[in-house]
Amino acid sequence: MEHIRMPKVENVWLVDRSSSRRTQVGTLYLTATHTIFVGKGSEDRNELWVLHSLVCNVVKHKASQSGYPLLIHCKNFQVIQFIFPQESDCHDVYISLSRLSRPEKYEELYCFSFNPNVGKAEREHSWDFLDLKAEYSRMGLPNKLWHVTPINREYRVCDTYPADLFVPKSVTLPVIVGSSKFRSRGRFPTLSYYCKENHATICRSSQPLSGFSARCLEDEQMLQAIMKSNPGSRFMYVVDTRPKLNAMANRAAGKGYENEDNYCNIKFQFIGIENIHVMRNSQQKLIEVSALRSPSMGEFLTGLENSDWLRHIKSIMEAGLFISKAVAEEGVSVLVHCSDGWDRTAQVCSVASVLLDPYYRTLKGLMVLFEKDWVSFGHRFSHRCGHLIGEAKEVSPVIDQFLECIWQLMEQFPCAFEYNEKFLISIHNHIYSCHYGNFICNSQKERKDLILCIIKEKTHSIWPHLWENKLDFMNPLFKPDQSQNQGLLRPSTAPYCFKYWRRLYNRFDRELHPRQSELDSLMTVKEETQQLEEELALYEQKMAVLDKEHAKTLYMQKGVLDSKQALWSLPLDTSLANTPQDYISGFIGGAPNVFTLQQGERESSGVADFSSHSSGEESLPSEESVKDPDSDETAM
Amino acid sequence: MEFAELIKTPRVDGVVLHRPFMPTVEGTLCLTGHHLILSSRQDNTEELWLLHANIDSIEKRFVGSLGTIIVKCKDLRVIQLDIPGMEECLNIASSIEALSTLDSVSLMYPFFYRPLFEVIEDGWQLFVPEEAFKDLESMTDEWRLSEVNKDFSVCPSYPSLLTVPKDIDDESLCKAASFRHGGRFPVLSYYHKKNGMVMMRAAQPLTGTNGRRCKEDEKLINATLCAGKRGYIIDTRTIAVAQQAKARGGGFEQEANYAQWRRIHKAIERSNVLQEGLIKLVEACNDQSHSMDRWLSKLEASNWQSNVKEILTTACLAAQCIDREGASVLVHGTEGTDSTLQVTSLAQIILDPACRTIRGFEALIEREWLQAGHPFQQRCAQSAYSNGKPRSEAPVFLLFLDCVWQILRQFPCSFQFNENFLIMLFEHAYASQFGTFLGNSVAERLKLLLSQKTVSLWSWVNRPQELERFLNPLYEPNNLVIWPSVAPQSLLLWEVPLQMHEMPKEHMDCEISMC
Repeated sequence: MEHIRMPKVENVWLVDRSSSRRTQVGTLYLTATHTIFVGKGSEDRNELWVLHSLVCNVVKHKASQSGYPLLIHCKNFQVIQFIFPQESDCHDVYISLSRLSRPEKYEELYCFSFNPNVGKAEREHSWDFLDLKAEYSRMGLPNKLWHVTPINREYRVCDTYPADLFVPKSVTLPVIVGSSKFRSRGRFPTLSYYCKENHATICRSSQPLSGFSARCLEDEQMLQAIMKSNPGSRFMYVVDTRPKLNAMANRAAGKGYENEDNYCNIKFQFIGIENIHVMRNSQQKLIEVSALRSPSMGEFLTGLENSDWLRHIKSIMEAGLFISKAVAEEGVSVLVHCSDGWDRTAQVCSVASVLLDPYYRTLKGLMVLFEKDWVSFGHRFSHRCGHLIGEAKEVSPVIDQFLECIWQLMEQFPCAFEYNEKFLISIHNHIYSCHYGNFICNSQKERKDLILCIIKEKTHSIWPHLWENKLDFMNPLFKPDQSQNQGLLRPSTAPYCFKYWRRLYNRFDRELHPRQSELDSLMTVKEETQQLEEELALYEQKMAVLDKEHAKTLYMQKGVLDSKQALWSLPLDTSLANTPQDYISGFIGGAPNVFTLQQGERESSGVADFSSHSSGEESLPSEESVKDPDSDETAM
Repeated sequence: MEFAELIKTPRVDGVVLHRPFMPTVEGTLCLTGHHLILSSRQDNTEELWLLHANIDSIEKRFVGSLGTIIVKCKDLRVIQLDIPGMEECLNIASSIEALSTLDSVSLMYPFFYRPLFEVIEDGWQLFVPEEAFKDLESMTDEWRLSEVNKDFSVCPSYPSLLTVPKDIDDESLCKAASFRHGGRFPVLSYYHKKNGMVMMRAAQPLTGTNGRRCKEDEKLINATLCAGKRGYIIDTRTIAVAQQAKARGGGFEQEANYAQWRRIHKAIERSNVLQEGLIKLVEACNDQSHSMDRWLSKLEASNWQSNVKEILTTACLAAQCIDREGASVLVHGTEGTDSTLQVTSLAQIILDPACRTIRGFEALIEREWLQAGHPFQQRCAQSAYSNGKPRSEAPVFLLFLDCVWQILRQFPCSFQFNENFLIMLFEHAYASQFGTFLGNSVAERLKLLLSQKTVSLWSWVNRPQELERFLNPLYEPNNLVIWPSVAPQSLLLWEVPLQMHEMPKEHMDCEISMC
């Protein structure tokens, strides 16, 4: 609380950047966890809640006629502009927010103060929602070729790896230790995915410390053992996901890549995904493009091209596809690494897994995949997402890219995923929001060390929360039994198959999204169908009873029909909030000024709130801009 | 002329057909006067029936005695035929070339096609101006149906019956016609029931360099304004283009002479530029380099999405003037047969819920495109793969359909029809067994006796068994005006006509039918 210089400011303007007509006046509150704006004089919930942990940066703009503007950029791509009547207020809020949004210690993060009304037992239980052991046994492990090595139980061999790691049964502890010494940060080759059908595996590691000529017998034995643990194949792929030039440069620093001459039966392959710095700059450019106000088509497309973002997404997808094809079609095992093996390697392994295994295309499966390939394998969430104040150079949208790869796949295979886009966006939001404890810290060890394991003591796990709301995240088009949705997905990687993800990057620009949602309509139809089916079942039961009595049967049949019609004739409520945009900037003097507030907007088109029709809590993402849905539970 | 003369080899066995995203088929290739047919003569395999009229261009290749013909269609499909025997291949190729470039309209397939179904509702009689006028009469008495163009002498590209202000007599209409390009004087396009505002369309006024004026023209359009109200003239060209038009006798309405009107210039490209755009877009889609940079820069250079955005924006503007400003609107470009119609028809889709039904959309195509004199035959003579020198080909109608698709994507529950319906219209505009899109104007269609000698597309489409696949399962009538977003972030690339994927995604329909 000591950072809040000014807990409340009145007569602040909240500017709607898409339309100045919708600017509202209200009161701004700063709390320990949120910035809250409450619109004045409106009856509907005209509140804006912004978590401090989602704030990316705060910028004061030059004073204008209307006052002193403050711009808040959020990690979920929301941009909020306030205008203060007093310079001192603006400055105080600026100073407070700048500090509040840059916590120095993990304990300051929101997840440690987030306290929903659940008991201790339930909270602890939430951490058991996912079980990686069960995941490995789903894959068919351990088996006669692979087992868990106890070597890293104390995180002594590799402090960024999880405690439990699968290695070929045939490798001895000295081989593992030897191999780990020959790999950056001790990240020796270990199993990420096992394909039950043909025994091919995806293994992951960091780069070898090969320099120009160094070799390591144990490391070579390790790879040999991995290759041999796939009895059907005579070689394995080693995929270095970096551009060749980068890998070669690493040799000068005593690192590098595997020399095919030293390792038996490996086929070595570069893939050329750029490093975290390139990706960070690329996304920055993309965000700038997405935030352009009424750009021309040329500006937008040129900006998109110049950002290179889609090129990077394509390269990650191609890498994933290469690996998944090697495993599924050739039955060949693959070892994947980059430099440290926690960014590109995690991306590529998990994309390959989604392509290979339909399980990861289900809600539960994707959660497990996050836990396995990202959280447990030491993706540096806190560094990459900038959870704490620290090195700006460590921040990079690695996880965003993985989520986007899944989204691109969903666009190509609309019936292959159990979850929908909202699920991905929700996960994205919570990775950055620090609302839950899952993505705090940079490795399993750090998480365990953190002040006597307070993460599991004091924070909650996101997965049960998402699972409870799963109705919102379901894809009504999911058809798991359709043959093209089983087994390996073979996406096209033609450039035109990669699209701009408007729902993520323009998430809060309501006016840019379709005014009616196919997804919501389908969900409604599905719900209604389910209701009808239940009802039908009920009636059938009754009929069976009545049949016995041989009475009133006809009457009941009629009842079924009537209720069916009645339900179907329910309006879908597909009317919408919709007003014309500025189709020609300011050509008409005195443009219609009836829409000062959302209330006005709703009146003008006779809108029914679509979300009221579906049962979920977390409705359209755009509505979160009005109020963070989770903050309902917040203890202020 | 006998088609047989052009068919040197009517039949070849052992031909292999390759189509993107589909398994190859081996079978017998047959050429008839109007079709290229490939059949494996086995059950359960689809036969290929391709209209020669659909063929845009062909390419031949030889490897030894195996010939390959790549057939590029106007609906942008590309298929490959492997034909054993060099002579057969050459014969087939030259026959296809000859048969696909026949100039005479009366040799086209619609004149030979006999439907295998019973015509219950004759599409030719479905959308007559008299009926539309009856609807109008029920709402207002300020308009009349004029027969001034009965013999098409006042305006050859207009229909014989036109809706004009009641107080303007035929003589004034003739004078106004002489002041407008191609005789296309201002006529009613749409009446907005909600507030009584109207949209009119015309061609450019012939002011020329010396600023000619025409009192009757001024009176005609002023007659559509309520007392004391101003209207908007939407010129689909930039001010610079409109200025240049003066040198060729065209021009735009001078403020001094049209004091009650405010003129707005937009920048919809002329049809020849649109054609270049389509060619570049298709090239971009077929680029084999697989480079993201190349794709995006080629997509941008094609200007296709820019064109979609500009057309849609102009239509939204027209609709906004009418619905939000409560003002009447006159739309024109140069000839008034291309960009003008894109704008007036899209504005109606935005404003009028009736146009979002199947029947209403058909009526709109009939009214604002066919009867309004969009030169379909010229515009759709060739498509993106043509080797020939472009004459007046242009994807004006395809761009209109693309814009409709954009609105459909943004309002997926407000249209009775689905994407398949738009694709079907695109295909039939370029090549069809039906006579609907033949000819360039009502006058030409009458001369060709289309309604007697050919079947109307609507006669076929409106049969319940056909309609089924064009219905949008999510449709819930929405009586509101629908304002689409025209931001680049909101506009998508319409991939289906570009043949980028395996078939249109019909998942949604299956899903609903499952429920």
